[in-house]
Amino acid sequence: MRERVLLAALLAAAVALPWIADALGAPATTGVATRIAIYAIAAASLNLILGYGGLVSFGHAAYFGLGGYTVGILWEHFRLGEPFLGIISGTAEFLITFPAAILVGGVAAAAIGALSLRTSGVQFIMITLAFAQMVFFLFVSLAVYGGDDGLMVRRPNALLGLNLRDPATMYWLSLGVLVAWLWLMGRIVRSRFGRVLEGVRQSERRMAAIGISTYAYKLAAFTISGMACGAAGALWANYARFVSPDMMHWTKSGELMIMVILGGIGTLLGPVLGAAALVGLEYTLSGITEHWQFILGPILIVIVLFARKGLMSAFGRWGPGNG
Amino acid sequence: MAEPVLAIRNLVKRFGGLVATDDLTLEVQPGELHALIGPNGAGKTTAIGQICGEITPDSGSIRFDGADITRLSFAARVKRGLSRTFQIVQLLDNDTALENVALAVQAAQGHSFRFWANARLDRSITDPARALLAQVGLPEERARVRVSDLSHGERKQLELAAALAPNPKLLLLDEPMAGLGAAESLRMTEVLRALKGRIPMLLVEHDMDAVFALADRVSVLVYGRCIASGRPDDIRADPAVREAYLTEEDGH
Repeated sequence: MRERVLLAALLAAAVALPWIADALGAPATTGVATRIAIYAIAAASLNLILGYGGLVSFGHAAYFGLGGYTVGILWEHFRLGEPFLGIISGTAEFLITFPAAILVGGVAAAAIGALSLRTSGVQFIMITLAFAQMVFFLFVSLAVYGGDDGLMVRRPNALLGLNLRDPATMYWLSLGVLVAWLWLMGRIVRSRFGRVLEGVRQSERRMAAIGISTYAYKLAAFTISGMACGAAGALWANYARFVSPDMMHWTKSGELMIMVILGGIGTLLGPVLGAAALVGLEYTLSGITEHWQFILGPILIVIVLFARKGLMSAFGRWGPGNG
Repeated sequence: MAEPVLAIRNLVKRFGGLVATDDLTLEVQPGELHALIGPNGAGKTTAIGQICGEITPDSGSIRFDGADITRLSFAARVKRGLSRTFQIVQLLDNDTALENVALAVQAAQGHSFRFWANARLDRSITDPARALLAQVGLPEERARVRVSDLSHGERKQLELAAALAPNPKLLLLDEPMAGLGAAESLRMTEVLRALKGRIPMLLVEHDMDAVFALADRVSVLVYGRCIASGRPDDIRADPAVREAYLTEEDGH
């Protein structure tokens, strides 16, 4: 019960953030919070397979980028007035581009997962990385969509008359998607499916011993995870009004992993904390020195060394997140 | 005679130059508790590995419940009703005893592509799981203890409970008494005795007291070969068996 009250308070504070930021004369905070919310969605979705399923995917930025490019490419064709591949007409309707991004993220994850999940351990890490790099270089070489330079999305998508160019509106939208995704994930990890995923992480042999062939479950989790990453990418394209291959660079996959590990692997809110910490630290430290990564590095090491559940350890019995 | 539950024919498994299973032929009849004994290195665990599907035999066939299962995966065999326990327990160490059995019950109920309802609150899973824990004699107050905090003996009991969850047509027990104290060993013997007759079992065991107390039939494996098979009293009297095995055991 106390947890529910605390969560409600946390949520209320998050909702009120743009007003507080304005009142304190720091309106840029809303933008930072939007970035945190979007990365938190991507990190939480990585956590579904990394933290709960024990599958170390080192290529999750690919689905983030694909989600972003879905919005970008649909916008580009909308702008030019010529259909994508000659059949799919472009659009700037969020209610179409957002589900499309989820679909693209999911399809890509299903295809890549179907092949990658035939391996395990270090091989799995390397093969997911390799696939992500393939997607990265594909977009680098796609000159029609800006190649290396990326693609501008001049106007954010239209959504029920909301102005997504307004930072607060964009923030609330991102926060809403984050909360919805966390709630959904909370259901998933406690469900029968989630129990199987938990079992996969702990012992594949035990799962076989109770008659469960794990491949299909791992593939489903991988696909769900890719879908949520696609959603995060779509939000990013609307927030930054720009997509580029950087979104799917392997360092971005690394950042997502750091967020998960830093915040608390296998916990529901850990990735949110991790995203907040990483984006927040980057924002503050880069204001102090351009060599901010020199400061960030040791901080990460200390947290990883001394807190097994990352920042979530500070929340005591909340830590495991599955109580 | 009725068709055997398990029929192993001419099973061969080589690891390099070592013949771990050498033309092994073995049957488990309905209702029978069949013990497989043999000195260390006789290939008992390799045999169990092939029966459950973790090790692929080089040649030979395995029939279970009227069908050839030689090419099926471990998980597929479990689904058909061939359940096993491990010499070194394989459990979900971060989960509680109840959660471990509950997952086995869940798996027995069909696919787990259910994403919504909280599995821990699902009485259709937890009630049978509690019953199974009671059946193997694990006390109620230990159900909520994490596996990593359970004693070795309790883990052995727990693994048996999980193996019983799918209502198996055959139980493969790989040294259920290994590492147990005298009292625990006796308790495990009683649990198995209670199951005897209802579920056919293939028992690999070093504890001769347990074997001769429980078994309807004993087969003796030496260097991957079955050198004798028969009623416990006949096996005890068999000179070849005494030569190969029992004298050595009596020695300590």
